[in-house]
Parts: sequence; structure tokens; C-alpha cells
Amino acid sequence: MAYPLQLGLQDATSPVMEELIQFHDHTLMIALLVSTMVFYTILTTVTSKLTNKNMLDSQGIETIWTIAPALILFLIAMPSLRLLYMMDEVNNPHLTVKTIGHQWYWSYEYTDYKNLEFDSYMIPTQDLIPGQFRLLETDHRMVVPTDSPVRMLITADDTIHSWAVPTLGVKMDAIPGRLNQTTFVVSHPGVFYGQCSEICGANHSFMPISVEAIPLIHFEDWSTSMLAKI
Amino acid sequence: MSEAINEKIKNYSTAPFDARFPNTNQTRNCYQNYLDFHRCNKVLSAKDHDVTACEWYKRVYKSLCPIGWVDKWDEQVENGSFPGKI
Repeated sequence: MAYPLQLGLQDATSPVMEELIQFHDHTLMIALLVSTMVFYTILTTVTSKLTNKNMLDSQGIETIWTIAPALILFLIAMPSLRLLYMMDEVNNPHLTVKTIGHQWYWSYEYTDYKNLEFDSYMIPTQDLIPGQFRLLETDHRMVVPTDSPVRMLITADDTIHSWAVPTLGVKMDAIPGRLNQTTFVVSHPGVFYGQCSEICGANHSFMPISVEAIPLIHFEDWSTSMLAKI
Repeated sequence: MSEAINEKIKNYSTAPFDARFPNTNQTRNCYQNYLDFHRCNKVLSAKDHDVTACEWYKRVYKSLCPIGWVDKWDEQVENGSFPGKI
């Protein structure tokens, strides 16, 4: 999850996010190298005492600094497209969970077998117990099994919201009247947080998402206990 | 033929990938299965056939469609104001 003074991406909890982090590191490294080179070139040019009033053109260097950027862009585009298509692959989910954005909470529906539905409100700061995270905890978490492809269907009831969990590499807009699909696999158990990612009114910052991943053998116990409770 | 569909219904875990709706927007997938369930029911019961085969469409739309949408549509079907062609 996020921590104070964080600069980079959160650690990955899904295979897709691992790939996204690698791609980001690859592209950022290229950007840093190019920026360093340009900065050095400008610095040496500006501080140089040499002057040549007769230089008009140079085919050689023009060729190099046309081909080289094209090659660099190609080296960025290849992994980018590979990842883009990988994220779009058909993956035969084991489970479908629907989430509906409201002002200002999320509700979750598990209707593959029985009709399990519940709301997920943020726990107000004054009601937190020691150890809980401010503005991230919710009264009911969305529980999913680990190592299982999960299909998320995201929509909204009133205005546009957006369902995001950075550590899973997931963000998808919740639009009234539209059902947006995304899929993910959670690699290991834990609790993972996200926040509404589309401005939706006064309490936009106070409708977080929390996803709890548990081993599949315990998942059925949870859903049975939720059905009994709600 | 009906054994095959009953087998599929028995082993149902969640709505499978549907190549007719390969993209992010699954609105039509939900709506189409809802329509298909009611049309299947209408056609099979008109001919006095077994309607259990229609259960597949019901399982799929129940998986995909938000409960609120289904409740609204069911109410519309009941009082004859459902806009879709069944």
C-alpha cells in the first residue's frame, strides 16, 4: 500500500502489475538517459569557448540523430504493445464480482450462485482502531480468492466514479448505464487498498476500495458467513 | 442436446468468455442474455417444450447484470413496459 514520501509505484500483487512496473522502469530509464545526454550536450555547448562561423550542415550527424530516436521509440513501443495485448487476453474467469459506485460508497455483488450483495463505506477517522489506515479502511471488504482470475464488472448508480486498486494494476471508470469489464489475478493473500479515481462530489476522497485476498478454501466460508449476516 | 446443456448448467462457475462481446463494454452482453432468457422462455413454453435449457441464459445474466438493473427490468416486464422486444 501507499506510504509517506512514496516516489515510485506500489509493489505488485498481480502478474500484470509486475509487467507494468517493468515497462515503467524500462521507459523511465530511457527517458533519464536521453535527458542526461541532452542536458550534458547543452551544458558543454553553452560553456564552450570554440566558435565556428562557417558550419552550415552535416549529413552524418543529422542521419544519426534521426535514426537513433526512431530506434529508441521502437524499443519503447515493442514492450508497450506486448503488454497492451497481454492485458487484453481472454482469461476465462473463475468468479465474477460486480461493483457499483454510489455517492459516496461502493457496493459489491456476487451473483454467480446466490445473491450476495453488500455496501462498503469508509470507516470515519474518529472510529478507527489503532493500526487501521486513515481514509482507506471500509466496513466491508471485497473478498476474492488468490490465484483465481476474477472478472470485475464496474458501473455506477448516479455519477461517474472510478474503481482503482494500484497494487493490482487495475483502474476502470464506473459509468451509469454502462458495464465496464476488467480482470485481475491476485498473487498472494493480503489486504489491498484503492481510492475513487473520478471526481464525484463532496466525498469523492472518502469512498475507498479495500480488497481482501484469501486462499480459495476459505473463500466459500466467507461468502457463506456474509450471506448469513446480510 | 438437452443433456449437453444441462451438463453445462450443472458445471457453471461464472459467465464464460463470449466472443460476441470481446471488449471492455459488457453492457450488451448482460442485456442480450436477459433478452435471450425471456425470448427462450416465451418460445419454448408456447410450444410446450421443456424450459430448463433457458436456465443457461438466466445464470449468465444473473452473473453479469447488476441486481438493480435486473429488478428494474423484471418490474417492467411484469407491467408490460419493458422496452426490449421479447
